[in-house]
Amino acid sequence: MTGYTGLYQRLYRPRVPILWWVRRRSYLLFVLRELSSVFVAWSVVYTLLLVHAVTAGERSYRGFLAWSARPQVLAVNVVALLFVLFHAVTWFALASRAVVVRVRGRRVPGVWIVAANYALWAVASAIVAWVVLR
Amino acid sequence: MADTITLEVARYRPEQEDEPTTQCYEIPMRREWTVLDGLNHVKDRLDGTLSFRWSCRMGICGSCGMTIDGDPVLACETFLTDHHPGPVRVEPLRNFPVIRDLVVELTDFMAKLPHVMPWLVADEPPPDTEYLQKPAEVDEYQQYSMCINCMLCYAACPVYGLERDFLGPALIALAQRYNLDSRDHGDHDRLEILSAPEGIWDCTFVGECSRACPKGVDPAGAIQRYKLEAAKRTVRSLLLPRGRR
Amino acid sequence: MSTRYDVVIVGGGGAGLRAAIAVAEARPDLSIAIISKVYPMRSHTVSAEGGAAAVIRPPDTLDDHAHDTISGGDWLCDQDAVEAFVAEAPGELLRLEHWGCPWSREPDGRIAVRPFGGMRRVRTWFAADKTGFHLLHTLFQTSLRYPSIVRYDEWFVTRLLVDDGRVWGVVAIEVMSGRIDAITAESVILCTGGCGRVYPFTTNANISTGDGLALAYRAGAPLEDMEFVQYHPTGLPFTGILISEAARAEGGWLVNRDGYRYLQDYNLGRPAPGPVLRSMELGPRDRLSQAFVKEVDRGRTTDTPWGPVVHLDLRHLGAEVIEARLPFVRELCRDYEHVDPVRELIPVRPVVHYMMGGVSTDLVGATALDGLYAAGETACVSINGANRLGSNSLPELLVFGARAGAAVAEAAGRHTGPAPAVAAQARDEEHRLESDLLHREGGRERLATIREELRETMEQGVGIYRSGDSTAKAADKLYELRERCRNAAVDDHSRVFNTELVAALELSFLLDVAESIVRCASLREESRGAHQRTDFPARDDERFLAHSQIRRTGDGASTVSYRPVTITRWPPAERVYGR
Repeated sequence: MTGYTGLYQRLYRPRVPILWWVRRRSYLLFVLRELSSVFVAWSVVYTLLLVHAVTAGERSYRGFLAWSARPQVLAVNVVALLFVLFHAVTWFALASRAVVVRVRGRRVPGVWIVAANYALWAVASAIVAWVVLR
Repeated sequence: MADTITLEVARYRPEQEDEPTTQCYEIPMRREWTVLDGLNHVKDRLDGTLSFRWSCRMGICGSCGMTIDGDPVLACETFLTDHHPGPVRVEPLRNFPVIRDLVVELTDFMAKLPHVMPWLVADEPPPDTEYLQKPAEVDEYQQYSMCINCMLCYAACPVYGLERDFLGPALIALAQRYNLDSRDHGDHDRLEILSAPEGIWDCTFVGECSRACPKGVDPAGAIQRYKLEAAKRTVRSLLLPRGRR
Repeated sequence: MSTRYDVVIVGGGGAGLRAAIAVAEARPDLSIAIISKVYPMRSHTVSAEGGAAAVIRPPDTLDDHAHDTISGGDWLCDQDAVEAFVAEAPGELLRLEHWGCPWSREPDGRIAVRPFGGMRRVRTWFAADKTGFHLLHTLFQTSLRYPSIVRYDEWFVTRLLVDDGRVWGVVAIEVMSGRIDAITAESVILCTGGCGRVYPFTTNANISTGDGLALAYRAGAPLEDMEFVQYHPTGLPFTGILISEAARAEGGWLVNRDGYRYLQDYNLGRPAPGPVLRSMELGPRDRLSQAFVKEVDRGRTTDTPWGPVVHLDLRHLGAEVIEARLPFVRELCRDYEHVDPVRELIPVRPVVHYMMGGVSTDLVGATALDGLYAAGETACVSINGANRLGSNSLPELLVFGARAGAAVAEAAGRHTGPAPAVAAQARDEEHRLESDLLHREGGRERLATIREELRETMEQGVGIYRSGDSTAKAADKLYELRERCRNAAVDDHSRVFNTELVAALELSFLLDVAESIVRCASLREESRGAHQRTDFPARDDERFLAHSQIRRTGDGASTVSYRPVTITRWPPAERVYGR
């Protein structure tokens, strides 16, 4: 026979470098987006703590406010806000790719779907603001 | 414009070396030349041992996918002028084992291909004439039928690089191509493979596959659409009584 | 080592895949191997753009399609083959529809059809302007359903195994590993496509090197009508990329340097604003390419670094029609010519496109060698005669791919074999590949130099117009090139994906194909269809209403004989266009 042996051992299998995600801007944004889930989770926890403090009476609520005003907590929340915004914006950008809406047999353009998402966001924020600031 | 441009080509000769090296070739700089023309100049006049795949040279056969200056592209659609003054770095597609030089091994894709059942599944014998399909119904799946199997989306997908079992962008888009075809009744059969962990749920929506696609297929969009569909099915199966699903 | 199958199909393009499916459907118990030098979806069928002709609804009739084909072929078509072809083409295209091919549609959901060159009725089915692409992918994906079809992807067939006048299989080399194997079979179907790469300027892909033609020729099967090489009138300069005839079918105009629709000067009718069937830009390809040469002679073309060009004008069609019907044409013009056909003229010139000739077969694809079949562009049945009409090649590969597959399935089980002599032949071939090519040392010339000279020789000797003088010069040059090829350098001695070895094998195939073209062209002393002799400008039915058949004899020489054309219902007449 011919010298055909072990070709599969001779294939070069490049390893994915640990820092593969800094190689492209889009990969970096993607990893940041994945990371943003941690801050989304933190926001949920923080909100639950807030609700708990409110229900536990005025003293508890004041303690929570004092804790929230500490520079470390403030810093974490600022970072968290940025990440949550980043998460929201990229999520809305995604929506137009995943959702296909038809009106009278015609496919609604992606921009409209994104716009509708932002509009809903604004309305929800307004309602929350009205409830809180009333 | 300079008279010449340098191609920095990744070489891998499995009988001689354990890992790839780089070889530089100086080639004429011509306005009408693609990187593929440059590689053919090397092959024909400078070094007959350089190996790469190519065939149609018009962006339809899908043979000449390579990494050029870091991006997964078709060599026949990448013009030297866009990489002037060089040097132009030419490497094999990422995320695939390299057989030799710029030639990568595609067996994984070819083996997975039949799993998504990329054919029309009919639930009854076809009519004597054509199936009627309005232009709007053709538009539903046409974009996903444009895939030339060039593998650029696999090279662009970090998930495929890390997770070899992932079906990958092109195959999921291909399954969607048939799922969305009004003549097809196979979506139920494809559900199992697509909604398995190695199917749509492995995709974390990096979106690079759609950016890399030279034919505008948008596999990332196909996958997100299917995720929504699969999620709806799951909810329906939990909420509705068996008969109404 | 050898592996045995019931059927081996060489080539995984449209014809090969259709044949494989036909065998698998007729006889699921038969084992089938498709051996292809590229992955099937890379095959050149993928580049076909405009469409596939088949009678779809009244007022069109099978007789109309047959007559268009026969007159388009300048009466060199075998009319029994054409009748079978037009009768089965609609069923084949319909089958593709049932397999999922995304044909373009009418608003009511029926299959849409467009006009095409040389056709008197609107009968060309299309999938935008990527018809071949969709057809090939549909066939390939459908073929995955059949477990009896085994694929040898990226295996290169180097020779047919023949014993006692019968073909028993092939020897092939796995490109990835360099492994050489005999793959034996009771029947072999050649579906390797055309040989455009024997010319310098061609629409054909790099893989169209006439492998099947040379394999059959070397094994002793006759090649038929090899002098008939089609030049497509509209290729992009420099690259040779095809601009589909669909561009003219949708209403595009061909204009010379003065913006004048010059075809009106060549007996092709009068210009009208919209497309007129069998007239002007919708004339047959041979006449349009010949008109271009005459325009060059009159000095009415535009000079470019890549030779003279005329222009294709699509601007009056508007962006909407171009985007809907010709998106690929627009993409190709933008990418490779940096012009947008919506606003600019497209420079074009004639380009080698299709081989009307091929391995001589009967109506089911059987060749003169027992056990050997051929289908698609590799074969000459012959339905294309002296000039193929646009959009007849896709239905041809379906109809005759299916016929060959069915015939092979029908004939299966009649022979037990292979003969012992075959094993010795396989060893010889392995030895030849090993010693002659993989271990060739210190060759004198580059393969590419010889290949380029070969191509230039063909363009000069057997181009759109040829003569006794030009073919004689070409024959001498080919003899010289053949000698030089024996000593050409093969620098790559690797077993792993050695593309230089493949190129060397392809070059030797190209040389054989070139020889058959030049020889047949030199002997046909008349002008018919795509074969135009300046020294014999008229058609001569007296002497040449016949197919030329070239056969290699034992000593490496060749003989040419003539087989009469089969005429059933359409006696030879004048070809009339534009009236």
